[in-house]
Formats: sequence, structure tokens, C-alpha cells
Amino acid sequence: MTTSKDDSVDPLTDTQEIAVRTEKLSLWYGSFQALYDVDFAVRRGLITSLIGPSGCGKSTLLRCVNRINERLGYVRTEGKVEVLDTDVYASGIELTQLRRHVGMVFQRPNPLPLSIRENILFAHQLHEPGSEALPKADRDAIVEKALREVLLWDTVKDRLDRSATGLSLEEQQKLCIARLLPVKPKVILMDEPCSALDPKATAAVEDLIWQLRGEYTILLVTHNMAQARRASDECAFMLMGRMVEHGPTDRLFVTPEDTRTADYIEGKYG
Amino acid sequence: MFAATDRNRTNDRIQRRYRNVFLGMTLLLVLPVLIILGLLVVRGGPVLTAEFLFEFPKSGMTAGGIFPAFLGTIILVTMGLVFSVPLGIAAAIYLSEYAPDNWLTRSINLAIINLAGVPSIVHALFGVGAFVIFFGFGTSILAASLTLAIMALPVVIVATRESLQAVPHAFREACWAMGATRWQTIRRVVLPNSVSGILTGVILEVSRTAGETAPIMFTGAAFFVPFLPQTIFDKTMALSLHLFVISTQVPGVPEDFPYGVALLLIIIVLSMNALSIGFRTWLRGRKKW
Repeated sequence: MTTSKDDSVDPLTDTQEIAVRTEKLSLWYGSFQALYDVDFAVRRGLITSLIGPSGCGKSTLLRCVNRINERLGYVRTEGKVEVLDTDVYASGIELTQLRRHVGMVFQRPNPLPLSIRENILFAHQLHEPGSEALPKADRDAIVEKALREVLLWDTVKDRLDRSATGLSLEEQQKLCIARLLPVKPKVILMDEPCSALDPKATAAVEDLIWQLRGEYTILLVTHNMAQARRASDECAFMLMGRMVEHGPTDRLFVTPEDTRTADYIEGKYG
Repeated sequence: MFAATDRNRTNDRIQRRYRNVFLGMTLLLVLPVLIILGLLVVRGGPVLTAEFLFEFPKSGMTAGGIFPAFLGTIILVTMGLVFSVPLGIAAAIYLSEYAPDNWLTRSINLAIINLAGVPSIVHALFGVGAFVIFFGFGTSILAASLTLAIMALPVVIVATRESLQAVPHAFREACWAMGATRWQTIRRVVLPNSVSGILTGVILEVSRTAGETAPIMFTGAAFFVPFLPQTIFDKTMALSLHLFVISTQVPGVPEDFPYGVALLLIIIVLSMNALSIGFRTWLRGRKKW
């Protein structure tokens, strides 16, 4: 417990900026407390993975960043969440703007029941004034750019007007990432993005996530420790709603400072 | 080793017996429907000539046709649809997509379910009080169709809400997470994927009001009107009431006339159902998941 704070604050001394920071973040679902005073900082342009056993609060923490938790009426939050130095729980925060800049990828690929092209343009049309009136060439360029970024262009370029729900799960998940890109999010939250995929598709999506590194800050929840180890720069371990340890992935997996982290990594529980 | 034992044979016998009981019950359900339909077709079919459909009743309704009643029913049901559908769909969208899950919403939902169980004669009296007297529409097509609309509202709301709820929640979450407002989500994703279910459910439910007699007999349907309605403030004849009248109130009506009217009523309802099912098939073809 004692190490968590130091570890999360340490990176501040580096030149890297902090993209997401929580301070004393506590959250209750009704009377059940899911997060306890979480202090956490995600460095800009890196991939940070959140690991921990089921129910440890990692998804809850993720969902605080774009405030999607609030859709459930009985959620109460205390403390602070900052995205790029702006308190997102402050009054005057426009949720639609927050969610434009903080994209989210879900556990089950959830492309909209529209064509591939419409899926890519969806967020753009929500947020860019005049998007509907763009010349077709410009819209096509947006679609192509986004699909190229997720390495999907060559597979789907001939069926852009087909339904997105007809794609394979791997392609669907890549599309779900691609549809965020046209509005240039700062942070992308990924909630176990590969857990519905087979190993081959998982590897492909992991590759993709790695490619997006640098341009986007990625916060990745996973229950797959191997994935956290392979596909993240930093890793944070949570247990029972508390942040236990946070550090560079290589260091955390080799020489964890907290015994609970060590036990979890060794597979003693979870 | 795998041969049947006595125990197996007993079990088999018992299970066959139950199967036959359930099969019998099912046939028992279908039988009356077939008998009624058969009787109507055999006795009412020959009555349904072009003259019968498109002529006025003559000689105290003992001869001639049923055109005013036929037209009256079509008008009442159509107007009932026009009044109840927009209101019901709007209410269902609010309840399904916007309303927070609190005691108020729950009591509204409970009220709607109870409203669907209110006997039609009570709706009729409400119609008399509200539309005929309070709003001063008099006994008129307007008052009668509004009464039918009130009766149809709860089922319209329930059918719509069920279609909306059938759209996977993941789609809504995806939209919200991209920064779409509730309305953008409804407009772009929820409605396009539920419209087929909404429309068929609604048409199916509302077409049933074609057979309602109680709600219209005090509010706008008349025993006999010698002319076609000119405005919505006129009275009209209607098939359901006409059927009641010629079967029980007027002496000397040819025996097959009521069968003809009943058959026509069923044909109207069934063709509206067929229409809505056809419509659904057409819309389903365009659905993307």
C-alpha cells in the first residue's frame, strides 16, 4: 500500500507529461465502495495497463475517466480525476466533449448496426460542425485514414458500405478503435479489449495497440497478465478497490515491491 | 447392456401419456377457432357481395348493405391510430430511453399496465365524460376515435417499449461513449433498429380496436344513420355495433346477415395484421444486425 503513491508520483519528475491523474478517488455503487482513495497517474503517450483480480475496481477506475459510470444512477464519486490537467468532475464540464477526447473501447466489440463507413464517420459527424456536408472525397479520406491506422483498410476497402456487424470479431474490435480516431482523442480507454477474441486476433489487436502508442495515451484494463507484460509500458496493480503498486511494466513483473503484487503475479490468487 | 428395462418402458408410457394430454389441449385451443372461422366463411361468405359491401341498409336494416358501417369502422380505427400512435410512441421513448429508474417512473409503468386492464365499458364512460361532454365534441366520430385511442394507448406504449428494449444496450453505450447525446443515440441507432417492431406491434394492437363496441356506442357510433358522415363531428355507423344491432335488436333480419358482418370484421382485422407482418418482413430485410 505504502509504495503505490510514491510510484505513481515518481514519473512526474520525468519530462513526460501526465495525461490522466486521479487524487483520493473513491467511488460507491449504492452502499458498496468500489474504489478507496485511489491516487494514480497515467503518463502521456504511453500504454498503461491495469491488472488485478475480478472485482478489484480496475474497470470502475477506467470508467471514471470518461464518466461513463454515471449512467448508472446510484454511483457516487469523491476525489478528483484530471484529464490533461482539467478536473473532469468540475462543474461546467461538457460530457460530450469529455467523451470526444477520451475514447473508449469495450470488452465486446460493439460496432453500431450501420455500415463500416458510417461507423467511422459517426463520431466525426457528432462533433465536427459541417461534417454531414463534407464533400464525399473528404469523407472518404477520413474513412481511409482511420482504417489504415488500424491496419484494416486492405481487408475492408471493397465493402465499406456493408454492415459492420458482419465483420469478424477481430475486425469489429479494430473498427471500434478506428471509429475513435477521426475526432483525435487524447486518451483511449480500453476495457479488456481482447477478452472476447481468440489468441490470433488478440495478437493482432495487441500489435495495433502498440502501433497507436505515442500518438495516443492508452489506458488498458486486462485480466491477462501476459498481455499486460507484452503490451504495456507501465502497469498498475489493484486489489479490493485500492491501488497497490504502479511502475514500469518490466520492473513490476520482475521485482514487485509489494508482496501482494508478487503473489498475484505468481498466480497465488485471482 | 443397453436394452430397455421395465423401468424404462414405464417411463416411456408415462411420458407418452403426458405428451398426448398436452397435444389434446393444444388441439382444443385450435378447434373452436377453426369452427368459428369455418361457420363464418360458409354462412357469411355468400352474403359478402359487392352490393352488400357498398349499399346502404334498406327496409329497417332487413335488406340492402352495410356500407356506412364498413366505412365507419375504417374511419374510427384509422383515426384511433392517428391519435394514439404518436402519443404512445413518444411516451414509450421517454419511459424507455430517458426516464430515470425511480419510484415515479415505476408508478407510471404500473399505471400503464393497469390501464391496459381497464374494462372497455369504463373507457366508454370516460369517453362520454371527457370528449362528449367536457370537450363538447358531442357523440361524434372525433369523440369515438379519441376514446378508442385512449383504450389503445397502453398497449401501444407497451409494444413500443418492448421494441426499444430489444435494441442491445451495447449500441447505446457505444454511442454515449463517443459523446452522443441521448437524442442523437435514439435518432441514429435506437429508432432505426426498432421501427419495424414498433410499427407492427402498434398496428397489431390498434387493429384489434376495430371489434370494440362498448367504447364507441356511447361516444359516436349510431344505431342507424341514413347518410355518410360529412365531418368528424357527425355520428357514424360501425360494424361492431351494427352486428350487435342486427343480431339482437331488429326483427326480420335475414339469418346470414350477421355472419357476413362478422366475417367482414375479421377480414378487416386480419388484413391489417397481414399488412403489418408484410411491413415487418420488408423492414427486417434492411436491418443490420
